Amino acid sequence: MKDNDLIKKLISLNEKAKKHGINITKEIFNLEKKINIARAIRKYGKKGKEDAWEHVKLARKLERPKPQDFIEALITKKIEFHGDRYFKDDKTIYGGIGYFNNIPVTFIGTRKGKNLKENQLYNFGMPNPEGYRKSLRLVKQAEKFKRPVLFFIDTPGAYPGIASEEHGISEAIARNLFELSSIKTPMISIITGEGGSGGAIALSVAEKIIMMENSFLSVISPEGCASILFKDPNKAPLSAQSLKLTANDLKKQGIIDEVIKEKIGLHIDKKIGFEKLEEAISRNLKEIMSLNMNDLLKKRYEKYRRIGFG
Amino acid sequence: MTSIIPNYIKKLFQFTIKKTEVKIEENAFLQCPQCKSMIYQKDIDNNFGICPECENHFRITNKRWVKILLDNEELFPLFEKYKPNDTLNFPGYKDKLKILNKKNIDEAITIYKANINGIIVLIGIMNTEFIMGSMGAVVGERITLLFEKGMKENLPVIMVTRSGGARMQEGVISLMQMVKTSAAIKRFSDSGNLYIVVLTNPTTGGVTASFAMLGDIILAEPNALIGFAGPRVIQQTIKQTLPEGFQRSEFLLEKGFIDSIVRRNNLKSKLTDILKIHNYK
Repeated sequence: MKDNDLIKKLISLNEKAKKHGINITKEIFNLEKKINIARAIRKYGKKGKEDAWEHVKLARKLERPKPQDFIEALITKKIEFHGDRYFKDDKTIYGGIGYFNNIPVTFIGTRKGKNLKENQLYNFGMPNPEGYRKSLRLVKQAEKFKRPVLFFIDTPGAYPGIASEEHGISEAIARNLFELSSIKTPMISIITGEGGSGGAIALSVAEKIIMMENSFLSVISPEGCASILFKDPNKAPLSAQSLKLTANDLKKQGIIDEVIKEKIGLHIDKKIGFEKLEEAISRNLKEIMSLNMNDLLKKRYEKYRRIGFG
Repeated sequence: MTSIIPNYIKKLFQFTIKKTEVKIEENAFLQCPQCKSMIYQKDIDNNFGICPECENHFRITNKRWVKILLDNEELFPLFEKYKPNDTLNFPGYKDKLKILNKKNIDEAITIYKANINGIIVLIGIMNTEFIMGSMGAVVGERITLLFEKGMKENLPVIMVTRSGGARMQEGVISLMQMVKTSAAIKRFSDSGNLYIVVLTNPTTGGVTASFAMLGDIILAEPNALIGFAGPRVIQQTIKQTLPEGFQRSEFLLEKGFIDSIVRRNNLKSKLTDILKIHNYK
C-alpha cells in the first residue's frame, strides 16, 4: 500500500469513528506522524543533510554578535528611547536614534543577552506586545521627522506567555504589519541571527530585507515543526531541511533582497561581515532614499504583493 | 510503505472501517464535547450547529455557513483559479493536497460576492477541513484580491475566520502572507470601506496576528479559542496551568480586543444592522 492510500484510509476511518462516537483521533494522528517521518527520512536520509540544522545552530550561537553589537558597530551618537506610552517598557526591544554614516536614523533591534542573567533580563529575545508597540511608536516618530529606519533582528519569536496574550500580542503584531505597510519613510530590515516567525516579521516590513549568511527566517521553529508534523522534536534537523529557511534558500525563493557573506562565521570574526553589511546598508539606503514617496510605497506594496503568486 | 506499519494493523483498520460503515446509519447521536450530553444530530443542525443543551457552537461546514449568513441560493466562489503549489517540495505536502483535492475542498478559504438581507458584500469563509484552515500562498492571494476588489467596487468585506495559523508546508511564503494581507487591508481601510471580522473556533497563530485582528469591527462566536500561541505551547513555555477560559472569546472581550460576542443564530441580523448603519444598502 502506498503512503497516500494509507493516510486516506486513516482519515476516513477517523471520520467514521467520530460519527460513531469513538475518539481515535490521537491514534490516527500518531500513525500519520510516523508516515511523515518515514517520508522525510526517505527524502533526506536518517538525519537530514544536517547543513540546514547546523545553520540554525550557528545562527543561535551564544558567541555570535547580537543586534546590539551590530548597532554598536554601525550607529554612532546613539540615544536610546523607552516605553510604548501605553503600559511599559519592553527591554527586549532596543530602540532609539543615532547616525549611520552621518545620516540620522532610527534604529530598532531585539536584545537577547550573552549570558543567562542577560538572557533572563531580555526574555531570551522574545518581545512582548509592549515591545512591538514601542517599535511602532519609534517608527512613527521616524516618519514624522523623515528619518530612515534600520531594524536589526535576532528573535526566536514573540513571547508565548499569559501576559503576552492578555495584552494582545496578536493585535500588536497585526497592527505593526498594517501600519508599517504604508509608513512614509524608507526602512531596511537586517536579520542577524534567528528570524522567528510572526515575531520577526512584525519588524521586517521594509524596502529591503538583508540577511547575514548564517541567519535564518522561518514560519515556525524547526523544533516546533518537528513536534507538530513529525510528532518528535528530535526530528528538528529534518524539518530545518524541509522548511528552506537559510538566508541563501530565501534569496533563491526571491523573498529577501540580499545575503551578506560572513566568511568563517561572525562568532569567530565579525569584522569582515560588519564591513560588508555597512557597505550594503549604505548602498541600499542611497537607493531607497532617492525614491519619491509614492514610488517608495508602491514598491513596498508590490514587494510583498508578489510573494506566492507573482 | 513496507516497514512503518505492520500488516496486521492495516488489516485491523480495514476490518474496523467495514464495521463502522454499517453502524453509522442507525447512529445519528452525537456527544457534545462541552456538556457531554448525547444529542440528536438533527437537533444540532436545526439549531445553527449550536448544542441545544449548553450553547456550544459546533464547527460547521462552509456550506452551512453560506446558508446561515447569505441570501443566495446559488453562489460561485471567486478567485478559484489560484490553487496550492508544493513550491518547497515539502515532505508529504503533495500527497496531502491530492487527498484534499479528491474530497473536493480546494483551499482553506472560499470567497463570495453575495447578499446579506439584500446588501451586497464580499465575504471570505475559512475552512478548517483544509490543513487546519492554515494560510499559505493561495489563502493570502485570495484575501488580498478580496480586499483589492472591495476597494475597487466600494463593497464591505466580511471575514469568517478559523485557522491554525500560517501553513508550515509553504515556509516563509506563508509567513509573508501575513504582511501581504495586512498591507491590502491598510489600503482598503484608507479607502474608507468597512471590514468586519467574525472570529470562530479556533483562530490562532499568523492568522490572528494579521487579518483577523484588523477589522474595523471584530465580532466573535461564544467560547471560541482565539490567540497567537497555542495553549499547549504556552503551557510548555511557562510550565504553569493556564487560567480557566484563557484565550476564549469572553477573555478577549474582557481584555479589550474584540467588540462583541454574537451567537451564531443572531449573526446575520447583527451583520445586517452594522452594514445598514454604515449606509450599505
